[in-house]
Amino acid sequence: MADDLAIDVRGMTKRFGDRTVVNDIALQVRTGEIYGFLGPNGSGKTTFIRMLCGLLRADAGSGTCLGFDVINDSEDIKRNVGYMTQRFSFWEDLSISENLDFVARMYGVKNRVEAVRQSIERLGLAGRQKQLAGELSGGWKQRLALAACLIHQPKLLLLDEPTAGVDPKARRDFWEQIHTLAAEGLTFLITTHYMDEAERCHRLAYISYGNLLTHGTVDDVINHVHLTTWSVTGPDLIQLAEQLRKQPGVQLAVAFGNMLHVSGDDAAALEKAIAPFRKAPHEWQRIRSGLEDAFIHLMEHSKDNFSA
Amino acid sequence: MKKHPPFSLERLWAILVKEFTQMRRDRLTFAMMLGIPLIQLMLFGYAINSDPRHLPAAVLLADDGPQGRTLLYALQNSTYFDFTRQVRTETEGHDLLARGQVQFVVNIPQNFSRDLLRGERPSVLIEADATDPAATGIALGSLGTLLNTALANDLKGPLAFLNATPGPVDLRVHALYNPEVVTQYNIVPGLMGVILTMTMVMITGLAITRERERGTMENLLAMPTRPAEVLIGKITPYIMIGYIQVAVILIAARVLFHVPMHGSIPLLLIVALVFIAANLAMGITFSTIAKNQLQAMQMTFFMFLPSMLLSGFMFPFRGMPHWAQWVGEVFPLTHFLRIVRGILLKGNGLPDVARELWPIALFAVIMMTLGIKRYRQTLD
Ligand SMILES: Nc1ncnc2c1ncn2[C@@H]1O[C@H](COP(=O)(O)OP(=O)(O)OP(=O)(O)O)[C@@H](O)[C@H]1O
Ligand SMILES: [Mg+2]
Repeated sequence: MADDLAIDVRGMTKRFGDRTVVNDIALQVRTGEIYGFLGPNGSGKTTFIRMLCGLLRADAGSGTCLGFDVINDSEDIKRNVGYMTQRFSFWEDLSISENLDFVARMYGVKNRVEAVRQSIERLGLAGRQKQLAGELSGGWKQRLALAACLIHQPKLLLLDEPTAGVDPKARRDFWEQIHTLAAEGLTFLITTHYMDEAERCHRLAYISYGNLLTHGTVDDVINHVHLTTWSVTGPDLIQLAEQLRKQPGVQLAVAFGNMLHVSGDDAAALEKAIAPFRKAPHEWQRIRSGLEDAFIHLMEHSKDNFSA
Repeated sequence: MKKHPPFSLERLWAILVKEFTQMRRDRLTFAMMLGIPLIQLMLFGYAINSDPRHLPAAVLLADDGPQGRTLLYALQNSTYFDFTRQVRTETEGHDLLARGQVQFVVNIPQNFSRDLLRGERPSVLIEADATDPAATGIALGSLGTLLNTALANDLKGPLAFLNATPGPVDLRVHALYNPEVVTQYNIVPGLMGVILTMTMVMITGLAITRERERGTMENLLAMPTRPAEVLIGKITPYIMIGYIQVAVILIAARVLFHVPMHGSIPLLLIVALVFIAANLAMGITFSTIAKNQLQAMQMTFFMFLPSMLLSGFMFPFRGMPHWAQWVGEVFPLTHFLRIVRGILLKGNGLPDVARELWPIALFAVIMMTLGIKRYRQTLD
């Protein structure tokens, strides 16, 4: 059983001063799985990942990462993990190939020269390998960072917002690559703020203020929230949303393009609240709650969630 | 855990290559590493004249005989003194000294000529403004001979017996110090130590803090590497810079300042390696303590000033109070100055050098150990 889990930790806790930034989080990620790690800004995602690869000392917690003790064996973990930092952290005064070469040397990669060459080719940067990393655009920096994380053939990748600032096509390529690698047995823990990316993960965890609020497949997460959602189309949706928000039973009224999503976790109360508004020129339709509805709901109510 | 070697040459090499490449790209720093020694050499070697002449002086001439005048002319002719003022009372002289308008007051007492001729060894009092000992030291040092030769002309024939020791005049100098003779011979070799201390500590002081400020530290820490690999990898390239500086200074010392080189230059180069390593180790330790580059710079200067002041570079070491000498002994610069001056000026060999070398080596080892201990392998 345990062999199946690339990450298996419990009670992970990190405090900065007297602020608990990661609070008693347990997480299981299966080998070969793409695990999405979501949560609002400052919720502790980066901190949690840093604890996993030994960059921060956990105040409490235990478990294994790739079978190594997460507290004591960080050296072994580091050897087998590729960690892509949220902020670009390669050397801007080194060229693309020098950066890759350095990483390959540090991990003692066999056939280093060949590995670097292939990596550059896969990146599509063959002509620009001499360019300084600092001169790359934001999106290209992200791609370089990913390539560098992969060069020592890690078994587990911890990617902290790997696609922030990357264009849609590159993002699609990136996810295709991730799925191919996962099929080969690599495990991914990826933080993201994009819903479409969250939906591409096998499973998700959602944390807020350091607390794990929910986890599971996309459907699990949506079901967990017990949300009922209606969509409204028609004119003057902004004013309508404002009025709806004042109604008891309506917890969310969020514009999605030219559509309004109205949701609440008590179906009956919601239905009662919206009854007066269900008339022309607006068209109402009960829809299946999406991941985004669920997340916005979690985000707005997470404070209550854990004081309760 | 045990299966990993505590030190990997391959990773050390990786870091070395990286640091060399970055150093090569950082043109400004590179230029400064070469420019600083040259500029300092010019400043200390040429602009800062440690053998100052034409120092303003006042005279209180109460004597009306010829010998008093002879003495005055002799002082003036030595070019050390410029008698810009004549004063009538001692208080007047003191005021001028206090206001810094003169550096000396020469006091030739009443009946100087008469007493001189009677062989009563009249006293000449020279009061010196001792706030800048380096400025007055040489002038004062020359006084004794000056007086004797000056008066020798007047004391001829039957009066020649007055020239016998202890000299015809009782010279009294009011000053509180007893400086060594400072010349460019002394300063230029000393500059080697001072420049190496400043640049080596500063450049490595920035080494770790720079990684931290640029965010690359997180990446470095995420890799499986040991503190010793990072630290040694980071300081080694600067040993080369240190040697370039040593070469620049030695060549300048020889060509521009004609500093004699009596001892073995290879020996000096070996000693320099230990000294450079000690400074780099200190810098890298600062780097592990400082939170950012600014703090690292501040720590560099916090260390640099006392080591320059207390090492014997600025002031004669023997002239300092005992506690200051004790503090001074801690700094590698103190020992290095003695070694460099010893090798170049006195032709000292290994046995003399070794006595001063081990404190530097000990300092290096302690600093490096401290640095490795302080190097945090986590971000918190
Ligand atoms: N070194 C530190 N010292 C003190 N507080 C810290 C430190 N690092 C992070 N924090 C705090 O911990 C909290 C969690 O930060 P973290 O970076 O883990 O959030 P995150 O979920 O990654 O956010 P984002 O989505 O913005 O990247 C934040 O409130 C942050 O201010
Ligand atoms: Mg983050």
